[in-house]
Amino acid sequence: MLDTPPRLDRLPNTPGVGYKPQHFNDLMADPGSVEWIEVHAENYMGDGGRPLAQLAALSERFAISVHGVGLSIGGETPLDLDHLARLKRLCDWIKPASFSEHLAWSTHGAEFMNDLLPLPYTEATLDRVCDHINQVQDVLGRQMILENPSSYLVFAESTLSETDFLDEVTHRTNCGLLLDVNNVFVSSTNLSVSPQTYLDSYPMHRVGEFHVGGHDEDTDDHGAPLLIDSHAAPVTDPVWTLLDMALAKTGPMPVLVEWDTDVPDWSVLKAEAAHAALALTK
Amino acid sequence: MSHAMKSVAIAGAVAAALSAQTTTAEAAAKEKCYGVSLAGENDCAAGPGTTCAGTSVTDYQGNAWTLVDAGTCEEIDLPQMADGTDRRGSLEPQDRDLPA
Amino acid sequence: MTDQASFRQGLLDPAQPAPENLLDGAAAPAGKRYDVYRNNVTHSLIEAMKAAFPLIHKLIGAQNFSTVATEYVRTHPPRSPVMMFYGTEFPGFLPNFPPLAHIGYLADAARLDLALRQSYHAADTAAFDPAPLQTLSPDALMDARVSLAPATRLIASNWPLYDIWAFNNLTNAQKPQSLAQDVMITRPGFDPAPHALPPGAFQWLTALADGSSFGQAHDFALNKNPNFDLAVGLSLALSTHAFAKIDHKELK
Repeated sequence: MLDTPPRLDRLPNTPGVGYKPQHFNDLMADPGSVEWIEVHAENYMGDGGRPLAQLAALSERFAISVHGVGLSIGGETPLDLDHLARLKRLCDWIKPASFSEHLAWSTHGAEFMNDLLPLPYTEATLDRVCDHINQVQDVLGRQMILENPSSYLVFAESTLSETDFLDEVTHRTNCGLLLDVNNVFVSSTNLSVSPQTYLDSYPMHRVGEFHVGGHDEDTDDHGAPLLIDSHAAPVTDPVWTLLDMALAKTGPMPVLVEWDTDVPDWSVLKAEAAHAALALTK
Repeated sequence: MSHAMKSVAIAGAVAAALSAQTTTAEAAAKEKCYGVSLAGENDCAAGPGTTCAGTSVTDYQGNAWTLVDAGTCEEIDLPQMADGTDRRGSLEPQDRDLPA
Repeated sequence: MTDQASFRQGLLDPAQPAPENLLDGAAAPAGKRYDVYRNNVTHSLIEAMKAAFPLIHKLIGAQNFSTVATEYVRTHPPRSPVMMFYGTEFPGFLPNFPPLAHIGYLADAARLDLALRQSYHAADTAAFDPAPLQTLSPDALMDARVSLAPATRLIASNWPLYDIWAFNNLTNAQKPQSLAQDVMITRPGFDPAPHALPPGAFQWLTALADGSSFGQAHDFALNKNPNFDLAVGLSLALSTHAFAKIDHKELK
């Protein structure tokens, strides 16, 4: 793979976007307010070809956030060491400003379920998640940041709140946090709690990055709202408002706009990034 | 055919093949094109990527194996033959053993 | 059973009930909320199959594809988080899926989709330098070894595989004729493209890929198919960037 110069080890406090290959030409020609991009680690684990060439070209111009979706940090089975080695190879090559993963599991045994599956918040889960984060940080030789999930249900056996769980993880592993504000809104709505309360109890001093994205609306068996974290639509007003509240607590931060399904033209995503830029100036 | 004759025959074929090649400058220029392919028709060769999003498109139910005619295979009339030997023809041996 | 084993059990099986330890925000059974995960898993894998097998999707149509993909993802979930290579068992699965078994060429068409994808993600290589083919003596040429580019893929088929691809991808392509076509995929830049191989060229290229010398590969191809024409095969290989490099002791 190509040699690239070392770069900043922190994302700029500006808008970023989830990178989609169909935006390559437009993004390079007219990035608007975007100074950094996020890529899914697993999509850059081939041996060569256009994906890696594009990423190398993008890294000359933008700070890169590598966002893993396949490590299965919360998995009951051991981390996939082959996958961890692939991740290290990618990070050693592209030298991203940030590496993030999810508080979730996706692999059980040898099977990968291709979704971010939920965890009970218990002492046993806490031990496992912290062991895995320590292992990842040791192998990569860097701090990682951990993202809160979108929740559709809770586990009867949970003994900790999500925010207490995350706070304890940061103490035990020294990892940072990625606060997905849309996930806070989705989870809070789905579990009938206040998103403001979540933000108030969240360890905001450990945050290194915010995510915003769109969601879909459905209902559960009892007709209660059930929001789906689809990343298939513009960011909604209540989520922008929550971002304002969070930024008021932290000051300027890297803010990523995610749009993964029914991806629009670059001009639409660029406008969403401009909205995030405005939030950062308040 | 003797070894000498064979090597001359091969050299002749190689010369013929080389003389048929046009300049590689065009191909070299294409190497730089890391953007979206011009025609866009090969983009799907990237195959599936990952997602960290959920979906509200309901797709998990259903077990029906009832098929409908809807694809281009309707237009392609290629009946199943016993292991396809009629298409391969007598000059194309079936076994694909390779030299040890 | 562990928590995650029981959570996983129903994800790809809509007949399974939701695990009992899952609740909504008011401590009532989660019910439909568990289906969100079933749906995410199944839908995302079906979408992955659509992206992975565009030729099969065109050949059998969207509705049939969803049916066969649903069955495939339930019985063959991914074994790796690297989704770009998902579906390697699909060519072998198709002939054993009764509703589609009568379409004999589907397995080879799936092999073509798979090979195009592997080619797309294969390692880059410098352009092949054909100069040694001219400078080596005829005897040295016989002993030389040519390696294929990492992105080059070869598929043998008893079906008109190239024509089937072309009919579904190129404008004004003719209807596939009833003949056998071996296919080579090459990637000169970043876009893989299939090519129909002339008689014996599959055997010739496979022998070269397996380390046979130029002379041995030629003998082998001619032995397998008297119609093999080296000039034709080599012209195609050179013009499509099928080769990576040529090795001979005189070149070092």
